[in-house]
Amino acid sequence: MQPTNQPADAGGARAAGAARSGTGAGTHAGTATARPARPAEAAAEQSSALVLHVNGTAYELTLDHRTTVLDVLREHLGLTGAKKGCDHGQCGACTVLVEGRRANSCLMLAVAQDGRHITTIEGLADGERLHPLQEAFVERDALQCGYCTPGQICSAVGVLQEAADGFPSHVTPADAPQGGPVQLTVEEIRERMSGNLCRCGAYPRIVEAVHDVSTDQGVAS
Amino acid sequence: MSPRTFPLGPPPYPLGEPLVRREGREKVTGAARYAAEHTPPNCAYGWPVAAGIPRGRVAAVDTAEALALPGVITVLTHENAPRLAAAEDPTLSLLQEDRVPHRGWYVALAVADTIETARAAAEAVRVTYETDDDADVLLRADHPRMYEPEKVNGGYPGTRERGDFEGAFAAAPVTVDATYHVPPLHNHPMEPHASTAHWSEGHLTVHDSSQGATKVCEDLAALFKLDTSEITVVSEHVGGGFGSKGTPRPQVVLAVMAARHTGRPVKVSVPRREMPAVVGHRAPTIQRVRLGAGNDGVITALSHEIATHTSTVTEFVEQAAVPARVMYASPNSRTVHRVVPLDVPTPSWMRAPGECPGMYALESAMDELAVQLGMDPIELRMRNEPDTEPDSDRAFSSRHLVGALRDGAERFRWLPRDPRPGVRREGDLLLGTGVAASTYPVLIAASAAEAHADRDGTFRIRVNATDIGTGARTVLAQIAAGALMAPEDRVRIEIGNSDLPPAMLAGGSAGIGSWGWVVHKACTALRARLRDHVGPLPADGLTVAADTRQETSERSPYARHSFGATFAEVQVDTVTGEIRVRRLMGVFAAGRILNPRTARSQFIGGMTMGLGMALTEDSEVDPEFGGFAGCDLAGYHVPACADAPRIEAYWVEEEDPHLNPMGSKGIGEIGIVGTAAAVTNAVWHATGVRLRDIPLTPDKVLPHL
Ligand code: FES
Ligand code: FES
Repeated sequence: MQPTNQPADAGGARAAGAARSGTGAGTHAGTATARPARPAEAAAEQSSALVLHVNGTAYELTLDHRTTVLDVLREHLGLTGAKKGCDHGQCGACTVLVEGRRANSCLMLAVAQDGRHITTIEGLADGERLHPLQEAFVERDALQCGYCTPGQICSAVGVLQEAADGFPSHVTPADAPQGGPVQLTVEEIRERMSGNLCRCGAYPRIVEAVHDVSTDQGVAS
Repeated sequence: MSPRTFPLGPPPYPLGEPLVRREGREKVTGAARYAAEHTPPNCAYGWPVAAGIPRGRVAAVDTAEALALPGVITVLTHENAPRLAAAEDPTLSLLQEDRVPHRGWYVALAVADTIETARAAAEAVRVTYETDDDADVLLRADHPRMYEPEKVNGGYPGTRERGDFEGAFAAAPVTVDATYHVPPLHNHPMEPHASTAHWSEGHLTVHDSSQGATKVCEDLAALFKLDTSEITVVSEHVGGGFGSKGTPRPQVVLAVMAARHTGRPVKVSVPRREMPAVVGHRAPTIQRVRLGAGNDGVITALSHEIATHTSTVTEFVEQAAVPARVMYASPNSRTVHRVVPLDVPTPSWMRAPGECPGMYALESAMDELAVQLGMDPIELRMRNEPDTEPDSDRAFSSRHLVGALRDGAERFRWLPRDPRPGVRREGDLLLGTGVAASTYPVLIAASAAEAHADRDGTFRIRVNATDIGTGARTVLAQIAAGALMAPEDRVRIEIGNSDLPPAMLAGGSAGIGSWGWVVHKACTALRARLRDHVGPLPADGLTVAADTRQETSERSPYARHSFGATFAEVQVDTVTGEIRVRRLMGVFAAGRILNPRTARSQFIGGMTMGLGMALTEDSEVDPEFGGFAGCDLAGYHVPACADAPRIEAYWVEEEDPHLNPMGSKGIGEIGIVGTAAAVTNAVWHATGVRLRDIPLTPDKVLPHL
C-alpha cells in the first residue's frame, strides 16, 4: 500500500490559504487587550505582545506571561473546541496542532509560541464539509460525552502525519524500514492514541474511526 | 385534522434504528459548548483553596498578599462569604463555618479578572489551621465505630435475612468463605466540574456541568433563598459524570456566591487534582462472601457482608450487598452493610453504585465455588437461577440471565475450556478466560414534558433531560417520532435547561425510562389531539403537557432488573506481572434497545471502566495526611486506548411489557457491573492464583508467579 503525501494538517494549510487569499479578516485584535487593565507598569513587566496564527487568522495579542495556549484559545479567542481536562499534560483533551504537529496546548505558554501556526478542531472542516476524521468519528459513534473528542481528532490528524513521516512508536517492529511510512495497524493506532484519555470508553470506536481514515489515505494495513 | 394541513409523515418509525447522535457534528467540530465555555462580558474567575490538613478548623485566613495582586477582586472565606440556608446536602454548606472535616475541603475562593491571577491569588492565601491530631482515616472491617445503617444508598434496607444462614452454611458440604477488597475509586469524567454564574436584572443564569439541571436549580433556590423562577440552570452539553455530577457539587455554589458577592459573572472550575476530594468517590469496600452449596452446586446458604466508610459530613453507604438479594436462589441468606464515618472526603455515586463493587465480590465467590465443585461456572449460575426475586418473592418482569450466558458462551467460544488453571502458556505469557454475571435495577422517576406541533408540520419536545454522552437527545427524538408517527427529522428536542418541564436527572440508568415515558405520553396525547383537530392549526400551534407522577408512584408488582454476562480473556506476563485483557465481551438482557449505535457505546464504555477497576484504577487515603494520595490522571490510571482490547457488546431480544411504553431498561451502568470479576476470574484461570484485592497491578501479581 502506497502512502499518500497528503499533509495531515490539511486544516491548517487551508486556513493559512484563507488568510493569504485575503478574506479581509487577516488580523484580529484579541480580546486580551480589551481585558480590564492592571497597573501599566506591572502589565508591561508581566505581559508581552505577540502574534498567534490560529486556523489561518493572525491574532495580535498582549498576553500575561502565565497564559497557556489553551487558555488563550478558550478564554481570549472564544475557541472552546480545545478542552481542558487536566491542565497538566495528563489527558490530551487540549490537543491542537502546532506547525502541523500535535501538542498539549495546556503545557505551552503562549508567549513562547509567538509567530506559530496553530490549528484547532474549529479549523479542520472545510466550510460545511467535515474533515474525514470528523466524519468517521460521527459515523463510528467514536464519541459519547464529546469532551475528549476534539483532542482525539486533532491527535489523530497528528498520528496520520507522523506515520506518513515514518515516526516509529513503541509497537513499531524494530526491523521496520527506517524513514519510510509506518503502516497504521490497529496496534499502532491504539499505541499512538494513548495520550488521549476517554473516560466514556469510546476507544474501540476511536480506533475504528482512525483506521477507516488511514485506510482511505493508504497508511493503514 | 386533514393530512393536507398536518402531514404526519409515513412510517418507518425510527425506534430501534441506529441513528447517528444528533449533536455529533457539534461535538466533532468543537461547536458544542460545555459549562466553562460560556464567558459573559466582564466575567471573573474563581479559584478554590483546598484545606491542607486531615481534620481541624481554620484558625485564621490571611488574604492580604492575595488581595494585593493586581486584578484580584476578592477572596471569599467563611468570614465574608454570603450566608446560605441550611443545605439538604451538607457538602454544599461551603465557607459557612471554620470546620475542616477532611483534607481537600474548600476553605476559600479567590476571585480575579483572569484565570492566571485567580490561581496565583489562591496560592497566595495563607490559611492557619488548628489541626486535630487524631484524624481517623483508615477503613478496617473491625473498626470499633462501625455500625449497621438502617438504610443504604438507593433507600434499600441495610440488613436482610432469610432462613438460617449460619446453620445452613455449617451443614453445607461445599463452602466458600472469602473476603474481597475494593479501593476507593474515582469517577474522573473528562470534563472537570465547572460552573459559570451570571446575575442579570435579578435573574440568575448558571451554566453548570451537571447530570440534572432541575435539581441544581431547586438546590440553589433553597441555598440562596430564591424562587426557582428566578434561576435558570443550563446543562446542555456535559462532559461525562458517571454519578459525580448527579446533584450539585461545590463549584456551582461557589460560583453563585462569588457572582452575588462581586456583582460580576464568575466562572469556577474544579482543578483536576481537587476533584476526588470534593465531587464524591466510590467508597472502598471490604466484602466477605460466604457460599454454601450441595455437591450438585445448588446454593443453600449465601451471606454477603459489607464494611465501608462514609465521611463525617454526611452518611452515604455503598449498597454493595443489594445485588446478592437479586441474583441467586438460596433459602438461607444474610446481607449486611456496616459503615464507619471517617475523616475522609464524602463518598457518592459512581457508575452502578452497589451493583458494581458488590457483583465483583459475589461473582468472584461464584467462580471460587465453581472451582471447588469442579463445575463449569456458567453451569453453576444456571443451577441457581431463582424462580422469583429471592429477597422479595416477586416475579421478575423479565430475566434473561441464562439467555445472556448461553449467547455469550457461544459468541465467545467459551467451550471447550480446560478448567485447570495455569496450563495455557505462550512464551512468557499465561492465558485464561473468565466469566461473570451482571445485574442492574430498572429505576423510573416522575418527569414532565411538553409536546408541541407547529403549523409547518414540525414538532418540538421540551423536557429537562440531560445528555451526558448517553445519546439521550437522539433516543428521545426517536421515541417522540414513534409516538407521533412522524419522521424523526421533523422532531426538535429541547433538553438541558431548568426552564423546561422538570425531569429526572441522568442517573440510575433511569434517564430514558423516565424521560421517554413522559415524552411518549405527551406525544401520544398530541397525536390524538391532532387526529381530532379540524382545519388548520392555530397560529401558535398545539401544545400538550404531560407528567408521569401517577404512573411512577405505583410500585410495580414485578421485580425489574437488567441482567448480563461478561466474558474476558487475559494474558499474564510471568516476567513483569503485567496483565492485559485480550478480549472482552458483554451480552446484555436489558429490554428493548432503542438505538443500537449509542447503546453499544454505552455498554462498551461501562465495560472499559470495569477493565480499569480490575487492573489499573487504584486510590488510597493517605494514612498520615488524609485525603487521597493519587488525585489526578497521572496518579490514578484510567484505562488508555492501548489498555482497551477488542471490546464487544451484544444483547438478547427481550420483550418486557411491565416497564414503560418503550419496553426499555437502563443501559448506562450494567456494562461495568460484571467486568471486574470476569477479568479477575480469568486471571485465576490463567495463573491459578486467586487475588482478592483489586486492582491487579503488577506489584500484586508478580510475587505469585
Ligand atoms: S488539558 Fe492538556 S493534557 Fe489535559
Ligand atoms: S467521549 Fe467522553 S471522554 Fe471521550
